Amino acid sequence: MTIPWLTILALLPAAGAVLLIFTGVKAAKQVALAVSLITFAFALVVASQFTIGGGQFTIGGGMQLAEQAPWIKPLGAYYALGLDGLGLTLVLLVVIITPVVIIASWRDFDSADMSAEADGPSSTGAATLAPKYDARVFFALVLAVQSCALYLFLATDVFLFYVFFEVILIPMYFLIGGFGPGPRRSYAAAKFLIFGLLGGFVMLASVIGLYVHSDRAGEPSYLLSTLSQLDFGTATGRWMFVGFMFAFAIKAPLVPLHTWLPDAAEESTAGSATMMVGVMDKIGTFGMIRFCLGLFPEASQWATPVVLVLATISILYGAILAIGTRDIMRFIAYTSITHFGFIVLGIFALTSQSLTGSTLYMLNHGMATAALFVMAGYLIKRRGSRDMTAYRGVDQAAPVLAGLLLFAGLNTLSLPGLASFVSEFMVLAGTFSRHPAYAVISTLAIVLAALYILIMYQRTMTGPVPDDVKEKVTELNGRERLAMAPLVLLILLLGVFPKPMLSIIEPATQATMQHVGVTDPEPRVSAEGGR
Amino acid sequence: MPPLEIVTPVPATGFFTLAWLLIAIPAASSAVLLLVGRRADRWAPYLGAAAPLVSFAIGLVYFVQLLGRAVPERAVSVPLYNWISSGDWQIDVGLLIDQLSIVFVLLITGVGGLIHVYSIGYMAHDERRRRFFAFLNLFVAAMLLLVLADNYLVLFVGWEGVGLASYLLIGFWQYKPVAATAAKKAFVVNRVGDMGMSLAIMLMLATFGSSAFVAVNEGMPSVTDTTALIMGLLLLLGACGKSAQVPLQSWLLDAMEGPTPVSALIHAATMVTAGVYLVTRSNAIFAESTTASLAVAIVGTVTLLVGAWIGCAKDDIKRVLAGSTMSQIGYMMLAAGIGPAGYAYAIFHLLTHGFFKADMFLGAGSVMHATNDEVDMRHYGALRRLMPITFVTFAAGYLAIIGFPFFSGFYSKDHIIEVAFESSAVLGGLAMLGAGITGFYMTRLMLMTFFGAKRWQQGVHPHESPPVMTVPLIVLGIGSAIGGLALNNWIVGWLNPAVGGEAPAEAPSLLHFSPVAVVTLVVVAIGVGIGVWLFGPRRDIPLLQPESRSFFTLAGRNDLYGDALNEAVFMRPGQQLTSQLVRLEDYGIDGTVNGTAAAIGGMSARLRRVQNGFVRSYALTMTLGAAIVGVVIVLGRLG
Repeated sequence: MTIPWLTILALLPAAGAVLLIFTGVKAAKQVALAVSLITFAFALVVASQFTIGGGQFTIGGGMQLAEQAPWIKPLGAYYALGLDGLGLTLVLLVVIITPVVIIASWRDFDSADMSAEADGPSSTGAATLAPKYDARVFFALVLAVQSCALYLFLATDVFLFYVFFEVILIPMYFLIGGFGPGPRRSYAAAKFLIFGLLGGFVMLASVIGLYVHSDRAGEPSYLLSTLSQLDFGTATGRWMFVGFMFAFAIKAPLVPLHTWLPDAAEESTAGSATMMVGVMDKIGTFGMIRFCLGLFPEASQWATPVVLVLATISILYGAILAIGTRDIMRFIAYTSITHFGFIVLGIFALTSQSLTGSTLYMLNHGMATAALFVMAGYLIKRRGSRDMTAYRGVDQAAPVLAGLLLFAGLNTLSLPGLASFVSEFMVLAGTFSRHPAYAVISTLAIVLAALYILIMYQRTMTGPVPDDVKEKVTELNGRERLAMAPLVLLILLLGVFPKPMLSIIEPATQATMQHVGVTDPEPRVSAEGGR
Repeated sequence: MPPLEIVTPVPATGFFTLAWLLIAIPAASSAVLLLVGRRADRWAPYLGAAAPLVSFAIGLVYFVQLLGRAVPERAVSVPLYNWISSGDWQIDVGLLIDQLSIVFVLLITGVGGLIHVYSIGYMAHDERRRRFFAFLNLFVAAMLLLVLADNYLVLFVGWEGVGLASYLLIGFWQYKPVAATAAKKAFVVNRVGDMGMSLAIMLMLATFGSSAFVAVNEGMPSVTDTTALIMGLLLLLGACGKSAQVPLQSWLLDAMEGPTPVSALIHAATMVTAGVYLVTRSNAIFAESTTASLAVAIVGTVTLLVGAWIGCAKDDIKRVLAGSTMSQIGYMMLAAGIGPAGYAYAIFHLLTHGFFKADMFLGAGSVMHATNDEVDMRHYGALRRLMPITFVTFAAGYLAIIGFPFFSGFYSKDHIIEVAFESSAVLGGLAMLGAGITGFYMTRLMLMTFFGAKRWQQGVHPHESPPVMTVPLIVLGIGSAIGGLALNNWIVGWLNPAVGGEAPAEAPSLLHFSPVAVVTLVVVAIGVGIGVWLFGPRRDIPLLQPESRSFFTLAGRNDLYGDALNEAVFMRPGQQLTSQLVRLEDYGIDGTVNGTAAAIGGMSARLRRVQNGFVRSYALTMTLGAAIVGVVIVLGRLG
């Protein structure tokens, strides 16, 4: 019998979540961290089983370490998992981010230690709500989100994907509504849930449509390998595409479907926000590649002009809103909207470079937002305010904190040499080779990005330091630096040497391109030996 | 125009394969200084200053080795590793050591090393000097990457890297809000230029499938005129940002908020000249578009006059020098815009300017050091006796910049004015006028600082700086004096063909008194004369800036209203747009979602108080939204 690597991987955090129910509140974080580290280690073992460019590498087929068992026979639903370069990239993202989130949230529940670390938010007199549940629940929910996310990135059956697409909303809903520090947390959680449910609801229509078609073609099946071979006909294919695309455009928010994100981010703790924006939202862009391009190649090309326009609007709109936002959590949410715009632009520009760039961007953006949210969390925990104007001159009070925030910011503005630059440039340059106009307009965002990051930095970190900031905003402790360390190292490494990730992603990109039936635009002048 | 000869670099052998050490040493030093923490405070300046000097020594070895090689083998390529590969694109990280990059290596690490040494003294009392040296080292590493890259995208990494270092160092004293604002402004304005750079690289990739110098140079002759023009103009935009050329000049004057060694190294000798390097390095691109070249020349000419104009009106010694830097880089851009005949002279002037401007900035730093960080020249005066070394070395820089015979600027600037005349009488005439204005404002600076009556503020007791500062001044002063003389017969032959021109048949005369040179000297003499007449030792210089109604003075004092223009054209409309969009977001998009829900769902006030009410409203509007988006996508395609 072969080892079900992927099932074990996806179930490890779920098992950890269950385990947390039986552990004491005090040991919760240690258990959670141990589970997330075991999952990380196991993911590395799984990755070592992965052959780069191995398998057949067609959409749906040729997945590696594949598992498949019938699940709901009448529906044609299977419990089917498989790994390709796209999935592996996101799996790595999930297993890297989760331990970081757990370490960064380490003291969120130690009210006794709060005064030792910094003044607790409550002492500032700001209206901050206590968590509704204890630490066990928080960490169990984080692990539950992780487990769902892993299933989503591994599923090769549309129905299985759909189920987890809905299920992941539940732990996320409780993370926002149960632990958010602000009075609007219930509102934000409800808004999040409704947008999510509605996306899922619209997607369900398309999922049912898939059943009808595969049933008509013979036996009902939700397997990607079967569905990707079907011809749905132009009109039906387009309608079903719209259903999927709509759900994904809410998840990886495209303007104007984005309004839930700033509210949800604002009302979350830094840890929850990281799981939401850094990990969960990637399902949207992942789904666009896996399902929109994978199942509806014709419809994807048909919709490209509209999607490109929406992506470009998101890029600029998110950036401008980020410039105008004083709330640091909302600010990060808006920077994410501009970056999701880039990812979507790259996906639908459909060139090797833009598609590979977008896939890499998902990993890089996950790390970039994690770094920003973690740093924002440190600030908020010290000063008890999300408002940038409550901070000033932090660089003098806590230079390491300021330095790490600047580092996270520079990565977000895609400074060359850091990870985000590689993916953003690949998206832009790849898009340029097919749709120069969109690339030119989107390039404006590099100026806007410099503005929003440096304005934020100037507001919070520079200038004369007021007494209350000096007193409250203390330097980072060892544990807080430890949470940032893996992000900093990976951001540097993948900026200078992205080759390992690119070689994992590239075969998946080529398979997608082939499936959709597009080739890269030829260089207008062929330069011999040009390297 | 005859087709350019394309230089194919030879693969690196032996010690050349270790060329990455040039960059790695200052980079490693920077990392150590940042990571080690307070424990390193004591020895940080020494490590920081040693790093560029070690790189300088390595660079010197390479230089000597290149000297010993035959001309076609003087371009050495050092491939390192594959950076980005996707589809048919292979972007490799590699270095190119050739006649052009090696002189930059020596300038950056040589002058840079001297400035590091000077900083040991200058920053001795700053408790964050460890960070200062870390940032300086970071700058040196990024600048070396910029000039050594063999590929535009790798060059771009260094290009933005120096921008970052510049940001960090302008804002080094970021507890001062002006410094923090100036740093941000420099980065953002540079990003506008960088947008041009990155679009140029995208265009290269789309056109050639590569951004390597070799591939671009080989492919250029086959591109259309429009592509060449666009590529040239985009690169020019990048160059304008980095080199503070009109219209992206406004950040440089504010950048003077940084510590003075930073102004000397980054905002005078090296980083701001990167635009000139870029144009020179891209000579194959500009060879295909005379219009783009002309644009470079025009930008250079306009900036050389604008910078000189500003230099005349400022009382802040560093801002006078900053205006002067813009102006001198304008000369270099003008030369680079003239084409193959000008490239070598652009680089020649870049080198001599690197010496004399670093010399004068450090001299200004020495004066500030002696006067409690006073920068207003109205509060100087009569410093020559108390600060003899600073005075003499500064005077060497002064004579060099105005082009006094046999000092370095005399050779490098006159060549530019001459080739400008050969290309167009207008450009030549304006360049000559600029030389006259330079004579005026530099004389004004000299007289106000070192001559005349004492106008020191209370509590100021000027004194000469310690040897750790004066020794670099002396070295730079000697360079300013004899640099032109030493390089004149050699540099043009050395740089060609790396810069796409031909070596002159005979060495130019050191007794360089062509008709143009003589007329230029007369014009400069007039400028100096006016300076002496207005600001001479007998003149009474008021302690406060006198009010002026002259348009020329007012405009100069206000940087020719560059900031006002930016504010009116970009900032205020931008802020308007931002606040409008924020309102649209809060009340428009989100409000519409909530509002229409309330209307359509007949949601009562009671329901609104209940969270579930929101749930329902969202369910409704989102369904509606879904339908709309679906219809839009369908109609958008069908129509």
